[in-house]
Order: sequence, then structure tokens, then C-alpha cells
Amino acid sequence: MVTIQNLHKKFNKNVVLSGVNLDINAGGIFAVLGPNGSGKTTLIKSILGMVIPNEGNINVLGNNIKNNSNYRSQIDYLPQIANFPSNLKVKELIKMIKDLRGNHTKESDLIKLFKLDPFLDKKLGNLSGGTKQKVNIVLTFMFDSPLIILDEPTTGLDPISLIRLKELIQKEKDKGKTILITSHIMSFVEEVSDEIVFLLEGKIYFKGSISDLKIKTNQPDFEHAIASILTNNHA
Amino acid sequence: MLKILKYSFFDLMRSRWSYVYFAFYLLLGIVLLFLNNDLSKAVITLMNVIIVLVPLIGTIFGVMYYYNSKEFTELLLAQPLKRSSIFLGQYLGVALSLSMSLILGLGIPFMFYGLFKSTAIWDFSLLLITGSFLTFIFTALAFNIALSNENKIKGFGYAILLWLFLAIIYDGMFLMSLILFEDYPLDTLSLVGTMLNPIDLSRTLILLKLDISALLGYTGAIFKQFFGTNFGLIVSLSTLTLWVILPVLRIIYKSKRKDF
Repeated sequence: MVTIQNLHKKFNKNVVLSGVNLDINAGGIFAVLGPNGSGKTTLIKSILGMVIPNEGNINVLGNNIKNNSNYRSQIDYLPQIANFPSNLKVKELIKMIKDLRGNHTKESDLIKLFKLDPFLDKKLGNLSGGTKQKVNIVLTFMFDSPLIILDEPTTGLDPISLIRLKELIQKEKDKGKTILITSHIMSFVEEVSDEIVFLLEGKIYFKGSISDLKIKTNQPDFEHAIASILTNNHA
Repeated sequence: MLKILKYSFFDLMRSRWSYVYFAFYLLLGIVLLFLNNDLSKAVITLMNVIIVLVPLIGTIFGVMYYYNSKEFTELLLAQPLKRSSIFLGQYLGVALSLSMSLILGLGIPFMFYGLFKSTAIWDFSLLLITGSFLTFIFTALAFNIALSNENKIKGFGYAILLWLFLAIIYDGMFLMSLILFEDYPLDTLSLVGTMLNPIDLSRTLILLKLDISALLGYTGAIFKQFFGTNFGLIVSLSTLTLWVILPVLRIIYKSKRKDF
């Protein structure tokens, strides 16, 4: 599905990714984890073509992404910070994105699911953070693409919406889609993900299932396993 | 690109500032016509305002729009759209809506005044054409500055400096150089110097069209010889076009290599 070879990226002198190799197979939920500033978002943005790598190759669904934009029609992306043009109405934004991508969509079910009906005529600038995130989720999931990338999807969500999001992710996975998630909420990651990819200092430190990680770090639970990696490498 | 252009254009058309800009020109046009009662004189006064104000507004609007629509841009970047079409669409949206405010704001009062029956229609059209050129040039320059500067304050600073330089400082330096080297033949130098600054070029173009080249002093005759002919007009308009194309090319080049 996604193949990354020898990916290097630095911003000015700040090296963020230094030789990442990653293969993500089709189907399943992959969590990209790592401490703050470990390059999770940079990795995701490189896959999306928003960050241009200094070196390395990325293939998405068999297409090299360099100087290519069409492959993005196969990706649904949920950005980390839900900032939208503030003088647009929710309805207009949804219509606009639909117009730009031109796929048939299923936004009405999602609007119902997240109870966004009363907000459709409100301007995006007047919405609360959590509501914006719900709009963000609707915009992401309304297209039926085989690859879904979620950057911190849980930010600002209330418990009910969080449960709905988890159900939604599970449903998409059952359709055979590939889902890439970054999150700092370990319980969320543990609950939803099939496999984790741990980034540390610009390299992939660990890739495998959660139980493998527990064995490798000799820790009984997931949160402590992650913590032990961090303390052993930073203490 | 056309879809992005459409959304940027309508987004701007709905914003308060487009109306303020439009209303300003409308008011300016009406006031000038009633105070002057003379179409060609009104055109000269308008030229003086446009030459300075259009670049300023183009620069400020361009920079402001780029920074304000950053989130929107990031949303678009994740969609299956080419980078060049995203940025060109936004640029054209800004430049077109500004040009439209200018053309409609000035055109409406002049139309009611009886422009179509007047002989000043060509002078007036040239004024609007150069005004639109200046809008496109300075919006493109503003986008260049904004693309190269992550920091908003820096971006605004450079944009204002650029305007200040081309609108005021350049003229000063140009005049100084003419005085300093007055012993030498300066025809070519002053011609080239005028060509290199879009604001000066527009001003010269309009002044010569208005047939008041005597105002231009001792180089006026040479200027008249050059700019007054069809050849001069074509060269000037091509230079203005070049002033649009080069920054636009840099927008494409820069946007392809930028990280978001």
C-alpha cells in the first residue's frame, strides 16, 4: 500500500527524519507513535506530498508520489489542527471539498452520526474546537478511499464522539481499508491498532504488534512499554 | 485551477475589504468628476492616485490573503490537486477581484458622466489597463514574498518595503543618478531605468498618452520619441507583461519546493 525507502528530511539544520524505511501492507490499522518532535507528522505529510523529502522514495498504491497529485484521490486525510477558513459555513465547506474531489460521498450519514445538523449553517470560525474536529472527521470519512490517514483524531472530542469515531474506524477497517493513525492517547492506540510503528530520533525504532513490543521491552502493559523505550533512550 | 480561482474569488468578493476598496474608487471617481468637471483632468488626478495606491493595495491584499488562507491552503494540499493550480488559482482570485473593484469602482461613475461620448475614453482605458497590470504585478510580488517568509510580520515588512522602494525610493535614486551623471548622455539610462520599475513605466505611459510630456523635463522629448510610438507602446506593454509573468513563474517554482 505504502512503501517508504530511505526517507530523509531536515528543516534548515533540524534533522527530523533520517533514513526511514517502512512498508505498510493493505488492510489494517497502523499507529505511528513517538515522542513529541519525533517526526510523526512530518512522516505523514511526506506521504501526502505536503512535505518534500530531501532524499528517498515514497510509493503509494504503486505510484511514485514525486511530482504527482492524482494519487491523493486515494487518500483521506485528517489534519492535526482543524483550522478552516473562518468565514465559510459548514455546509459550504463540505460542498466545496465535494466539488474539488468530485467523488460520490456519504456525508449525510456522518453528519447524523456526529449530530452536526444544527451547525450546518454556522460559520466555521464560530464553532468550538470539538465541533470543528467533528467537521474535520466528516470531511475525512465522507470519501471512500482505500487509505485513511488520521493525525491525532481524538483531539477535543467528547466521550460519545470518541466512541463513535472508534466504531467508524473499525467499520472502515472491516471494509479492508488501510488506516494510519498518530496519537498520544495510548489507550486509544492500544484499543484500535493492529500494528504500531515507533519513531525515535528520525528513525523507526520498532515495528510490530503490541504484544511483540511488550515482549521486547519486558513490560506487562502497553503504556509502560512505551515509557520504557523513552526512558531508556532519553534518560 | 478554475475551481480554486472561483472559491478564492467569491471568498474575497464576500469580504468587507473588497467592498471598502470598491467604495473608495466609486467615491473617488464621483468626487473627481464633480470637483473637476473635466474628464481629462480627472484622469490625470486619478493617475496620480492609482499609481501609488494600486501597488500598495495589491501588495497588502496579496500578503494578507496568503497568510489568512494558510489553513485553507493546507486543506487543499491534501486533496488531489496540483500545487501550481492551488497557488495560481488563489493568486488569480485575489488579482482579479482587486482589478474588478478598480475597474467597476472607477468605471461606473465615469460611465454615468458620459465617458463613451468623450474623447478621453482611450486615456481612461489605458489608465484602467495599467491599473490592472499593476494589480497583477504587485499581487504576484506579494505572493512571492509570502511564500518565501513563514513569519507573517517579516512578510508584511518586506512587502511594505518593496512597495516603498518601487513607489518612492526608486524615483529618488533615479533622479539622483540623473543629477550625478548629468554630464553624460542619459537617454538610454533613463529609458532603461523607467522600464525596470513597473510604477514608473505605467506613469510614463499614461503621461505620454495624455500628451503632457513637457512635464517630464529634458528627457521628455526622448521619451516621447520612444514611448509615443506604437513600438514604444508595445515594448512597454510587453515589459509590464513580463513583470507579471516572471513573479508568477517564481510562485510556481517556489510552491513546488515548499514544505507545509
